[in-house]
Amino acid sequence: MNEYFKVIRGGINSTFQDEGRKNFSHIGLPSSGVMDKRNFIIANTIINNQKEDPVLEFAYQGPSLKYFGNKRFIIITGDVNFKITKNNKKEILGKCYKTIEIDNGDIIDIISTNKSVYGYFTVNGGFKINRVWGSYSTTVRAEVGPNKGNKLLNGQNINLNKSSVIQSRSLNFVNSKIEFIRVIKGTNFQFFSDQSKRDFFSKVFVVTKLTDRMGMRLEGVKLKNLKKTNIKSEGLVKGTIQVPADGNPIILLSDHGTIGGYPKFGVVISADYDKLIQLPPGSKIKFKEILLKDAENLYKIYNMETNNILNKIK
Amino acid sequence: MIKNIVNLGDAAIYCDFGNEVDKETNLKVIKYFKNIKDKNLKGVTNLSPSYNKLIITFDLNETSFDKLSLDLSNLDIENEIENKCQKINIPVCFDDEYSLDISRLEKKLSKSKNEIIRTFLSKTYFCYMTGFIAGMPFLGDLNKSIMLDRLETPRVKVPKGSVGLTEQFCNIYTFESPGGWNIIGNTPIKIFNSLSLSKPNLINPGDEVSFYEINKKEYLKVYNE
Repeated sequence: MNEYFKVIRGGINSTFQDEGRKNFSHIGLPSSGVMDKRNFIIANTIINNQKEDPVLEFAYQGPSLKYFGNKRFIIITGDVNFKITKNNKKEILGKCYKTIEIDNGDIIDIISTNKSVYGYFTVNGGFKINRVWGSYSTTVRAEVGPNKGNKLLNGQNINLNKSSVIQSRSLNFVNSKIEFIRVIKGTNFQFFSDQSKRDFFSKVFVVTKLTDRMGMRLEGVKLKNLKKTNIKSEGLVKGTIQVPADGNPIILLSDHGTIGGYPKFGVVISADYDKLIQLPPGSKIKFKEILLKDAENLYKIYNMETNNILNKIK
Repeated sequence: MIKNIVNLGDAAIYCDFGNEVDKETNLKVIKYFKNIKDKNLKGVTNLSPSYNKLIITFDLNETSFDKLSLDLSNLDIENEIENKCQKINIPVCFDDEYSLDISRLEKKLSKSKNEIIRTFLSKTYFCYMTGFIAGMPFLGDLNKSIMLDRLETPRVKVPKGSVGLTEQFCNIYTFESPGGWNIIGNTPIKIFNSLSLSKPNLINPGDEVSFYEINKKEYLKVYNE
């Protein structure tokens, strides 16, 4: 029997993702992949799937899905409000980081993320989708990835693999907030005035509504470029803080354009990326300058923390 | 040959080949890019070659800036890179509905539409790099008489297939996208094919590209195929 979800509502931007696609940046395709890596790993580990299995990532409002199949478990990670309407109309309020059993006819309604942006959904057994160019990640703008490179659309089906028997599992976990986003100076840092360099690492910036998987636009003190506001186009990496002529920084995120011509003020360190991308519009950010060696150590600590969290799954 | 190597954040290496934008410098970048790609250096996740820079991203779980910099300096860069460069002909329709910025071009360059198109079609262009959006080729160099700056206010949506000019370069919008290049025409052919793993990009760095004119009827015929 074919087991599947019917998509009642696709949600704002629900896509299949994994850790990202390698080796296509030179043709213009960013790595994409999950925005919040830690919550992705937790989801697959709790539900007993493989580390590299795809998940469904959603932003703000997630999908509403009707299930057709045998009993199986689902998991949602992040800070997410959701409910499950059973076949007998009884409603259950959802709890993140806890496997929940669903049955034929149940509806999972992922209502919203709470003071955060991204959440993750998967089922035991996993989604029946194929890798495209070596990855389950979706880059909607290039139409590359599973589901024909599209986000989830109303009315479509999501086919599921057979589920194996697992035990109910859960994790006691709260996503912590951050005080600072740590940044390594970029290749064009010297273009900016001394005042702007000080301002960037002392003043508060606000996340604007112009924020999506491609990038996050900030507002705050304008950063003054003394040298030139355009450079010859060159490659970009995730976390790059670009400053165009208007002086407002843009942080490039996982679906970023691969080439660009705005000066690079800095780059957000790998250890802080998961927390950065969870900041919804209106959030305040403070930046802190950090050296490469310290950033590398913080990444080791980030990995250790993730492992500690995974070890607490019961 | 790399003039300077620095870190870009904690998970990327920024290789600087200089500030010149010319074929000679760019071919050095492409040579390094192809050599590194072929040698599968440990931890490398993506390579972004551009006019005169090469950015290498890596997995911080597998390597680090210091380790990969050392691997790079020990790398045997073979001079003989396989010369797979192709010559590609791209059909373009210049009807008014496609040449969105022609009146701006006529005014700024003090040339007629016909002169601009003839000048544009008279050259073969070198592909420096591809990117920004998937498959978009950055081609050059334009004849000096048709060089001009980008639009003061970029378009929110440039139609897919648009052929644009800016400074000494021309490009083709492989997808509808925001953009500030001066649009002179539109090609009906697919420059990026997300279904083809072996060859998603029609045009690749190092290729030679020329354009030829087609009329609306021919455009629609190809477009609908």
